[in-house]
Amino acid sequence: MNIYVCIKQVPDTETKIKLNADNTGIDTAGIKWIMSPFDEFAVEEALRLKEKNAGSTVTVVSAGPVRVVDTLRTALAMGADNAIHVDAPETADNYRVAKAIAAALKKEPKVDIVFTGKEAIDDGAAQVSQLIAEAVGIPYVTVVLNAEYSADSVKCRREVEGGAIEVVTTPLPALVAAQKGMNEPRYASLPNIMKAKKKEVKVLKESDLGVSDADQKIRYKNLQLPPPKQAGKKIAGDPATQAKELARLLHEEAKVI
Amino acid sequence: MAKVLVVAEQRDGRLKKTTFELIGASAAAGNETHVVLLGDGIQGLATELGHYGANTVHVANDAGLKFYTAEAYAQVVVALAKSLNPDVILAAHSPTGRDLMPKVTSRLGVGLASDCVQASFEGGKLKVRRPLYAGKATAEVEFVGAGPQVATIRANALGIPKPDTSKSAVVSAVAVTLAGVKTSVSEVVQGQAGRPDVTEASIVISGGRSLKNAENFKMLEEAADVIGAAVGASRAAVDAGFRPHRDQVGQTGKVVSPNLYIACGISGAIQHLAGMRSSKVIVAINTDPEAPIFQIADYGVVGDLFAVTPALKDELRKLKDH
Repeated sequence: MNIYVCIKQVPDTETKIKLNADNTGIDTAGIKWIMSPFDEFAVEEALRLKEKNAGSTVTVVSAGPVRVVDTLRTALAMGADNAIHVDAPETADNYRVAKAIAAALKKEPKVDIVFTGKEAIDDGAAQVSQLIAEAVGIPYVTVVLNAEYSADSVKCRREVEGGAIEVVTTPLPALVAAQKGMNEPRYASLPNIMKAKKKEVKVLKESDLGVSDADQKIRYKNLQLPPPKQAGKKIAGDPATQAKELARLLHEEAKVI
Repeated sequence: MAKVLVVAEQRDGRLKKTTFELIGASAAAGNETHVVLLGDGIQGLATELGHYGANTVHVANDAGLKFYTAEAYAQVVVALAKSLNPDVILAAHSPTGRDLMPKVTSRLGVGLASDCVQASFEGGKLKVRRPLYAGKATAEVEFVGAGPQVATIRANALGIPKPDTSKSAVVSAVAVTLAGVKTSVSEVVQGQAGRPDVTEASIVISGGRSLKNAENFKMLEEAADVIGAAVGASRAAVDAGFRPHRDQVGQTGKVVSPNLYIACGISGAIQHLAGMRSSKVIVAINTDPEAPIFQIADYGVVGDLFAVTPALKDELRKLKDH
């Protein structure tokens, strides 16, 4: 099988966000970059599928500035065979990134299945998976907790509201977007990390993929940090008094109960 | 004034309150508000949409729309959007809306502002703000180029308007001919009955690792049931196996903004705060007076959650019984 995984490099979840000078993005100085956590489940799922199907290859794809190559190498160290870096500006929006990645996938000889994380933890847009699938022309299933594969289809259990689970079957090729818990992602071993450093990463430019500034559909401006909150009222007393006063404040002052 | 198309959502024949939020915000701005309602056997729901301010309800009733699939629903919404040519298309950032709308915008060749936490209309244009880094920052979204402005809006961001039963909408049947639908839903396994989803609830009560075990979450569930709240959990509590991942609030879980968030035994790691700091009112109950959660709490209770939470449940019940 020809298995593809689209991954995104994001700031570590511990990052304290600072804005850039014109408030159109963040100050990236000093940020530690990681693979978006949901993408780790996608890479792991791809590797497991490869291990069950002899002769398969796993190719990881990531769009962004040159630093994303580090994250591609993380996936190579986990066990992916090939990597493609789609060279795109930091400010590229979801539509533009998806169009470029889809075009890169369409250049490949054959795509049997594409894995992604259900969303990236930086913009949290939850769009690129669906946009890639649509641009490639294949069905998608998102927020997948568990998948069973057959030769020509995949049966997914996907999470919907209130803890309900939908069982969805789609023919292959298809895109499957992973939710946390789909599997337990492996750690890369030291020898594999060393080997991954030497692997070739293919680079495709936006111009190779028919993508340009005209594909930018949204832009961010006037970024703001959340307004600092004043620490509120501390409620003193024994537990019964505290509970009574809290209930009164929520009812009479905050009017939320 | 703008022409707005709202994608309504129903599950098992009940309209979602997020749909009322979207219609209400559009109608309050004086827009020409169209609503598309999709499903099977759902014609009866159109009247209620009128009460919230819809001018026209386009009903797409078809056996192929009984279960949501992106492929089938997108065909209907895209065809309607092309014939109506609205200035704005709004949907909820719900499991359905977030799955569906990228397919719709891809086919319309336009951008999508997803998971917006603020939305308003200015001079016939939609103005939205959305979170980045799970709410560690927010950004205004500028739509570039022609075509409708499309956004999905987070639950509770706009508020539910009061229905007016004297209002009614024109009901228009949509001719549905579905083609090339490859995905199929064979089963929907129901989740916990009677308790709302953390992303949709107007009140969320969350517990951390201090709850010590899964069993102790019953205490939070009992308090939650008194006030119709959802039960959430910190990443630490989820990783410890006390709660399923679907209940996790934070940057790698769900990002929520209810009217009231009660954090019990949660210290407030940066990634948890990111997931809930936009809640309108925040209560923290924690033994450690130095816990970071108190820095963003409107009401702080330094105390033992095992004593305070049951007492709070009793007080809330008294309020409800009045």
